[in-house]
Amino acid sequence: MGELRLMKGNEAIAEAAIRSGVDAYYGYPITPQSEILEYLMSEEPYKRTGMVVLQAESEIASVNMVYGAGAGGKKAMTTSSSPGISLMQEGLSYIAGAEIPCLIVNVVRGGPGLGTIQPSQSDYFQTTKGGGHGDYRLIALAPASVQEMSDFVKLGFELAFKYRNPVMLQADGVIGQMMEKVELFDQMPRLTDQEIIAKYPWATTGKPKSRERNIITSLDLEALKQEEFNLHLQRKYKEVTENETRYELVNCEDAEYLLVAYGSSARISLKTVQLAREKGLKVGLVRPITLWPFPSKIISELADKVKGMLCVEMSAGQMIEDVILATLGKTKVLHYGRLGGVIPSPDEVLVALETQIIGGK
Amino acid sequence: MEDVKIEDVIKIEDIIKQENLVFSKTKNLTDKTMSFCPGCGHGVAHRITMEVLEEMGISEDTIGIAPVGCSVLAYEFMNIDMQQAAHGRAPAVATGLKRVYPDKYVFTYQGDGDLAAIGTGETIHACNRGENIVIIFVNNGIYGMTGGQMAPTTLAGMKTSTSPYGRDVETMGAPLKITEVVALLPGTCYVTRQSVHTPGNVRKAKKAIRKAFENQKAKKGLSFIEIVSNCNSGWKMTPVDSNKWMEENMFPFYPLGDIKDEFKLLQK
Amino acid sequence: MAKVRGAIVVAVEKCKGCGLCANSCPADVIKLEKKVNAKGYNYAYMFNPEACTGCTNCATVCPDSVITVYRLKATKNN
Repeated sequence: MGELRLMKGNEAIAEAAIRSGVDAYYGYPITPQSEILEYLMSEEPYKRTGMVVLQAESEIASVNMVYGAGAGGKKAMTTSSSPGISLMQEGLSYIAGAEIPCLIVNVVRGGPGLGTIQPSQSDYFQTTKGGGHGDYRLIALAPASVQEMSDFVKLGFELAFKYRNPVMLQADGVIGQMMEKVELFDQMPRLTDQEIIAKYPWATTGKPKSRERNIITSLDLEALKQEEFNLHLQRKYKEVTENETRYELVNCEDAEYLLVAYGSSARISLKTVQLAREKGLKVGLVRPITLWPFPSKIISELADKVKGMLCVEMSAGQMIEDVILATLGKTKVLHYGRLGGVIPSPDEVLVALETQIIGGK
Repeated sequence: MEDVKIEDVIKIEDIIKQENLVFSKTKNLTDKTMSFCPGCGHGVAHRITMEVLEEMGISEDTIGIAPVGCSVLAYEFMNIDMQQAAHGRAPAVATGLKRVYPDKYVFTYQGDGDLAAIGTGETIHACNRGENIVIIFVNNGIYGMTGGQMAPTTLAGMKTSTSPYGRDVETMGAPLKITEVVALLPGTCYVTRQSVHTPGNVRKAKKAIRKAFENQKAKKGLSFIEIVSNCNSGWKMTPVDSNKWMEENMFPFYPLGDIKDEFKLLQK
Repeated sequence: MAKVRGAIVVAVEKCKGCGLCANSCPADVIKLEKKVNAKGYNYAYMFNPEACTGCTNCATVCPDSVITVYRLKATKNN
């Protein structure tokens, strides 16, 4: 068993980054995730593993620092919260276009604009539908516990390098700030420069005479070549969809009604399922773990068996669009959410389920 | 024998032999025809940068970063590992790379719109942190790539497609001497302004670039080289006329020479 | 008595005819050809080859690196 600790979600991310053998963290402070940079600065991982930690002048700079290090085949990451992630969208589009593996963490807060520092899930569209320009996708992981904050850092980098694609870990202020028991994985070594050259032949590590120069770019001015590159991306995204779609099902075997929720809302909905079962209601929970690729297939299959689904989100209803697309009208799909940093209680979700789905028309 | 003229016995074919070679294109440039307009200083700036890497024997350990502007296609011509960056972001990209590869050589190659307008923040902060990189800044006072719009360094009164009646400093601001600004920052080790329009200036500029990479080798911090250059297409002149115009109009405002060396501002 | 003789070779198809080489030649060796290359540029050529000293000024200012320079140190005993 790994080392047990009581940690904040944000701290778990920072510690997991060090233990994952990350080479560089570049970040800029923003609530509610500044503990990540603070933890790393006080932990001095450059003494533990040689990991670089640098406070950048802006989120624009930090995401571009990730671009530079990632293009060199190094494990690089940044973290921020919603307004900062908005600033990073240009960089994310370039990173996706140049196929640079890296990890970006969004500890989501309420918007739009400066919004609030309280938790929210209103960045689902930004995470899963692009955010930046162009036909690209981020692999998006949604942790629902402090344990997953740690585990998904490791998983995120595995996926990022497997597919040469940026990975977004989309948490929210609840998971970032709450404390839970975490079982930490053991320290992984950082790759040496020689190992990077051997594993990632595309990386800009300096051109030896034995190979052509490596170019990291998202530019091709010839339309047909740019189209071919886009088709290559689409083939990759299809492969990711087929191989990496992750979800969790709770009490779905006999369920007549389903809650669909991710992240903090899934934690809340889990309690709602328990309350509903105590009342004799056959309710289950579908928790998407990957927001992209979205678990459309299983939701479609479950839509054939149930009488309705309630999507619980701390937003005005964003993921629900993907649930509706997956179910194609086969069952009733409605939204329940709180906005602007308000966290719903399990009881109010149960009331919503009973009135909107079970008792509703 | 005494009466034979040298010219009579030396044929061109006698001269054009490998053993007589005194100048040829560096192998650090690809064979691709450069996309720059005829007479553009970018080509020379590219070449002398690549020559310096070859002469220092560091080509295999150098990664170049070229962002958006006429410099965007640098990776087509520079035969080393290259990264293309978003507009203005090269100093941040270079920072990210250099921090994880402290023993490699990293340089950015940026234009005036890129470095002194959209990327001012990244430029100032990379310089202020004293990142151990080289910044090569080509200043031609105009946005060449997009068709000759006003740049932060466009001279007062200078006509461009977005200042068709001349740059009015009352409403459009004064031209920005970003090089003098970065010279004031503690992280910059060496700051100089050069040009590449005459053989003598090319040789001086190349020495400056060499010095910049030697500074990086010695881990001294950031070296910043401005190259005042022409944009004959944007300025709507012949290449030869544009260089003359540059001498008469750009140099008085952007005087050539070292501004800072070994972390000390030079009094002139 | 020694005399330095030089010669240049222009990669005609890559020359853009900017004329900076001719402008920087101290011996007026180079002119732009009236004919054009495949891209339509009046390319540089040695108009006055005997005067070339192989000083490399032309190649130094050439933005497209199309000029190769050779230099021969000749003596009258050749």
